[in-house]
Amino acid sequence: MELLNYKQIDNEIEKLANEILKRNSDIESLAIVGIQTKGVNVAKRLSEKIKKIKDLSKEIPFGILDITLYRDDLHEAGADIPTIKDTDIPFDVNNKNIILVDDVLYTGRTIRSALDVLKDFGRPKSIQLAVLVDRGYRELPIQPDYVGLVHHTKNRICVNMGNEISDSDKVYVENENGSL
Amino acid sequence: MSFNRKDLLGLEHLDKTEIQTIIDSARPFKNMFTRSIKKAPALVGKTVVNLFYEPSTRTRTSFEVASKRLSADVVNIATATSSVVKGESLVDTAKTLEAMKADIIIIRHTLAGTPELLAKNLNASIINAGDGFHEHPTQGLLDLYTMYEKKKKIEGLKVLLVGDILHSRVAKSNIWALTKFGAKVRVAGPPTLIPGKISELGVEVFYNLDEAIKDVDVINILRIQMERQQENLFPSIHEYVELYQLTKERLAKAKPDVLIMHPGPMNRGIEITSEVADCSSAVINEQVTNGIAVRMAVLYLLAAARKGENYVHSN
Repeated sequence: MELLNYKQIDNEIEKLANEILKRNSDIESLAIVGIQTKGVNVAKRLSEKIKKIKDLSKEIPFGILDITLYRDDLHEAGADIPTIKDTDIPFDVNNKNIILVDDVLYTGRTIRSALDVLKDFGRPKSIQLAVLVDRGYRELPIQPDYVGLVHHTKNRICVNMGNEISDSDKVYVENENGSL
Repeated sequence: MSFNRKDLLGLEHLDKTEIQTIIDSARPFKNMFTRSIKKAPALVGKTVVNLFYEPSTRTRTSFEVASKRLSADVVNIATATSSVVKGESLVDTAKTLEAMKADIIIIRHTLAGTPELLAKNLNASIINAGDGFHEHPTQGLLDLYTMYEKKKKIEGLKVLLVGDILHSRVAKSNIWALTKFGAKVRVAGPPTLIPGKISELGVEVFYNLDEAIKDVDVINILRIQMERQQENLFPSIHEYVELYQLTKERLAKAKPDVLIMHPGPMNRGIEITSEVADCSSAVINEQVTNGIAVRMAVLYLLAAARKGENYVHSN
């Protein structure tokens, strides 16, 4: 079942960008961090959107973050070992207001791990969470500061999008058999 | 990504994909070293034991640092002060450690095959940190990683190993890994220090270093094992220095972008001059840094594979 088409995705990102700017008047201290892998795409779009709205000439500090080594289910991984992806935070996180971005928020465990990763880089002034879709069914006391679509479901939500806008972008709920 | 081994005993029996998995996993660990906190909780609650029956500073320390950066608990056993001196057998010592819930045992021993013996007798994962003249897989992996990082590919690379090939487990692990990746491996040294059958592994043998050095991309210099001097395998240190020391003059015959490596510990003034060891082509200290990243990758992969308990047991 399709939840968002490419236009709606762009609208949601614009909405997120505006809400973020409303709460963060100090653009200088703002930084964006995307969670591997799909959160990075959402974060890239969000960063571009903020730049456009504020007509900024320079880039907003941008980082990517992988939570593999911080997962709480690593001990149940078995033979299929999660691949460690890059974590690259090329700016000083201290005293930054960091917008942590993921595509879909579900149990909250990924975010818990991501907060642990960020902590190892320093002490940001604040960390705020932005997600494109909130799928519900939290297992930890974690809530987003900025949320696009809210759609509670036990089925997987897929986000099909790259760094650039494309008319094939879409967000959909996977049926139990894995089809659209 | 899949890696379903219980142990890391050598590179001979790993296939190219498995070696590639380790190398690929090492890079994100290396990136961690620039953070203010160089630590991740991946091995929280795991116990890693360093069981070294031979002197070692860098390998033991490297494994210790790697384990600690993954948040494991590390126990170091120096055999000179342990029950080994009371005559306890190797397997009994290891079983005692396992009864204390060691998850991973890292072993160095003077006898080839010791890690395999432990792997067969214990449920803990065994990592070979050097066994006799047999293998030193994590050194082979870190050498491969360093070449990969500096030269971007291994296939077609001309790699020269210089010195005591006969007694060198580093040389063997290098040869197994490099040939699997399509590198052209050469060895150079005195005939008494080169095993007769080495060419069967697909390496080219040179007795003249000046000839061997031409057009190679990497020179990996092995340590002359002074403790074996009494075996009279070469006439004198002086003669070895004359014929096989890597000097600035010899290096001038190599490619300008040649990479100089040494597994350490170095005998400055014997297999390598200080001038060469400290020149810009030498990556000897970087090898040490990479060693930690590669060992973190090995520990992570073995620990993660243990969860399934459906890994391939060592043959």
